[in-house]
Amino acid sequence: MAHDSGSRSFDLKAMLRDERFWKIAFQVITLLVVLLLLSFFLGNLNRNLIQQGRAFGFSFLRNPAGFSIGESLIQYRPNDPYWRALMVGLGNTLTLVVGGIVLTTLLGVVAGVASFSKNWLLQKLSRVYVGLVQNIPLLLQLFFWYFAIFGALPNPANQIGILGLAFLNNRGVYIPWASSALLAILGIAATVGAAIAALFLWRWRTKIRIETGVGGQAQSIALAVVALAWLAIITLGMNWTVPEGVEGGGVTGGLRLSREYVASLTALVFYTSAFVAEIVRAGIQSVSKGQWEAARTLGLNAGMVMRLVVFPQALRVIIPPMNSQYMNLTKNSSLAFAIAFPEIYSIATTTYNQTGRPVEVFVVMMATYLTLCLLITVVMNQFNRSVQFKER
Amino acid sequence: MTSVTPDSLSSAPPEILALGPVAWAKKNLFSDWFNSLLTVVIVGILGWGIFRLASWALTVAQWQVIPNNFGLFMTGTFPSGLYARIWALLAVVCGLAGLSWGVLGRNVSTLFSRSVLIGLGLVCAFIVLFPPTRPSSLKLLPMVALVAIAAAAGRQVGRKFPGIGKWVSLAWFLSYFVALWLIGGGLGLTPVSTNDWGGLVLTLFTAVSGIVLCFPLGLLLALGRRSALPVVRLLSTVYIELVRGVPLVAFLFMGQVMIPLFLPIGSRPDRILRAVIALALFSAAYLAENVRAGLQAVPRGQREAAMSLGLNTPTTLGLIILPQALKIAIPAIVGQFISLFQDTTLLSIVGLAELLGIGKSILANPAYLGRYAEVYLFLAVIYWFFCYAMSLASRKIEEKLNTEH
Repeated sequence: MAHDSGSRSFDLKAMLRDERFWKIAFQVITLLVVLLLLSFFLGNLNRNLIQQGRAFGFSFLRNPAGFSIGESLIQYRPNDPYWRALMVGLGNTLTLVVGGIVLTTLLGVVAGVASFSKNWLLQKLSRVYVGLVQNIPLLLQLFFWYFAIFGALPNPANQIGILGLAFLNNRGVYIPWASSALLAILGIAATVGAAIAALFLWRWRTKIRIETGVGGQAQSIALAVVALAWLAIITLGMNWTVPEGVEGGGVTGGLRLSREYVASLTALVFYTSAFVAEIVRAGIQSVSKGQWEAARTLGLNAGMVMRLVVFPQALRVIIPPMNSQYMNLTKNSSLAFAIAFPEIYSIATTTYNQTGRPVEVFVVMMATYLTLCLLITVVMNQFNRSVQFKER
Repeated sequence: MTSVTPDSLSSAPPEILALGPVAWAKKNLFSDWFNSLLTVVIVGILGWGIFRLASWALTVAQWQVIPNNFGLFMTGTFPSGLYARIWALLAVVCGLAGLSWGVLGRNVSTLFSRSVLIGLGLVCAFIVLFPPTRPSSLKLLPMVALVAIAAAAGRQVGRKFPGIGKWVSLAWFLSYFVALWLIGGGLGLTPVSTNDWGGLVLTLFTAVSGIVLCFPLGLLLALGRRSALPVVRLLSTVYIELVRGVPLVAFLFMGQVMIPLFLPIGSRPDRILRAVIALALFSAAYLAENVRAGLQAVPRGQREAAMSLGLNTPTTLGLIILPQALKIAIPAIVGQFISLFQDTTLLSIVGLAELLGIGKSILANPAYLGRYAEVYLFLAVIYWFFCYAMSLASRKIEEKLNTEH
């Protein structure tokens, strides 16, 4: 009885030997240290801010910004509030990111597939491109494109015309575009819609042909109709305006892509594509050799082997790392501020310089980029689910 | 069942082994019409591009900007009277590099094989012939000799004392503080303000400091994220995910502006220190993810076996799990170091005169107005050289550590 009560009473030695105690103690200590550090930092922050006479708060976002912005998707005047200026920056970031993602995917996949080309020159070209671009800092490349390439284009008086459809000069690139923003949105929506419809029709047609062995004509006709409708909308419905060179230099009409935008986009696309090319290459390499050989034995030619057999299997390996490349592209788009492209980071620093509110500005910036990255992750996860093997 | 008759064997055409350049071109460049078209188009574009580049480089470009500012590119506004200290630093690094090479290669039959000798010869030729290095090439050649001599010595010492490896690592660690002392002064040397640190020296210094600081932090975060303790796991995960969602420029901006706000009123750490801290805090989150991938690749049985042998958690991690995990993660970790090295360019945005920053300030000099292409191409060559060397080294290490058969 005495022995029993002794083992139940508090025994320090036994407790110190017990791993469960240490697990809990370690967590408590970690939490305490983190909390202490946080309270130290936040306390200092609070004292510093009070000393500078700026209590934490976001109400300053409603004050007039008072600076002008070079390019914007939405209406903006200098006496608009800060939050509207930040929206302009967000819009510019989005144009950069969306354009960047589309072009990066295209160039990266082409460069990745090219490293398997039978053509020796193309294969080496792809390898040299990746080895060169991956090892040079993005910011340096950005400066190079902006100052040394696009900055070296002739001035508007001697601008370069391309077939009378587009113009290049040191102020930017001029391309044909819909005459109003609404029509441009319509055109983009029609393109996306047609692509989705075509994808579904194609899958339906394949399914019918696999299950019945014949048929699919109706779907083929529907596909053609979709294509024709899209062509009609794009060519006739958008009321294209073509840029025209003006006597003595300059351009009217069309869409002007500023030199800052074009240089940022080019640098981002060339840099990120090199990483995408490596991902695509690794993905294709992960498909076992037997798949290539089996497909060739069935009589498919090299292009069809890649398109129908190897690439769809490689996608399983390619999609997950692509997510982080898209996120990198999004975050790297903030570098465009170094060449004065008014994206969100640039607007945020201007806001900070004018209001002297680093904490609030940092919170806004962090929230914006986290949201963008989260959006990309959600979309890519959906896409990833659709290309993975369906097991049972 | 399927039998091959001798007749069918003999009637099969023998494989033609054509090795001439014409046959090679026919196979690799002109195998069919599409391939031929591709070749013609690529040759056309490449030829035009190379011709334009060469004619620009030889006629239009004014390369004078590079040799005239070579000192600035290498050391920034470091006082030229104290250049001897930078040379001493270079000598220390060269000596240690040679020593490590010798110790690592102690079991190789010949340290100076033909390809290595050719490489050293090329380096010497480059130093002698490359115009910007002219005034200092007399000091650079002994550095190459120093590497070779240290390598030979390291080999001898390494053979005699096989355990010398950890002392070399310790020497590398101590050399970091020697570098700090030689650049910054103090303890008997004339102090140099951090405002005068710059150029390639600052780039390398910030990159190395960032790597040294971010490695232990990244390791801890990775272990924390894989930990069975919920509080530790949550804290690590939140840190990693928050940092990975924010661009580095924003983080550096925070480092410059907000670190003083987080500290007691009036304390303001040096701006290079602030930049290095921000760089390390940022990279640690990415490094943690790379290490975590390595940790995940170690089979569960390893941990269970270690536990059943009676090892406790720290020894299991330190002796069993981490060595295997880090070996798997080496390519990714080196990749992260390469991107950290490239990320030092962003310090030019927050006003440090590292390599890209000094390039910008040279371009702002009216005497070199518009020499963008020359300066940026020169900088690109430097960055490319260092990054490529790192990726090459990582490939070598990977081959060496690959014990699978």
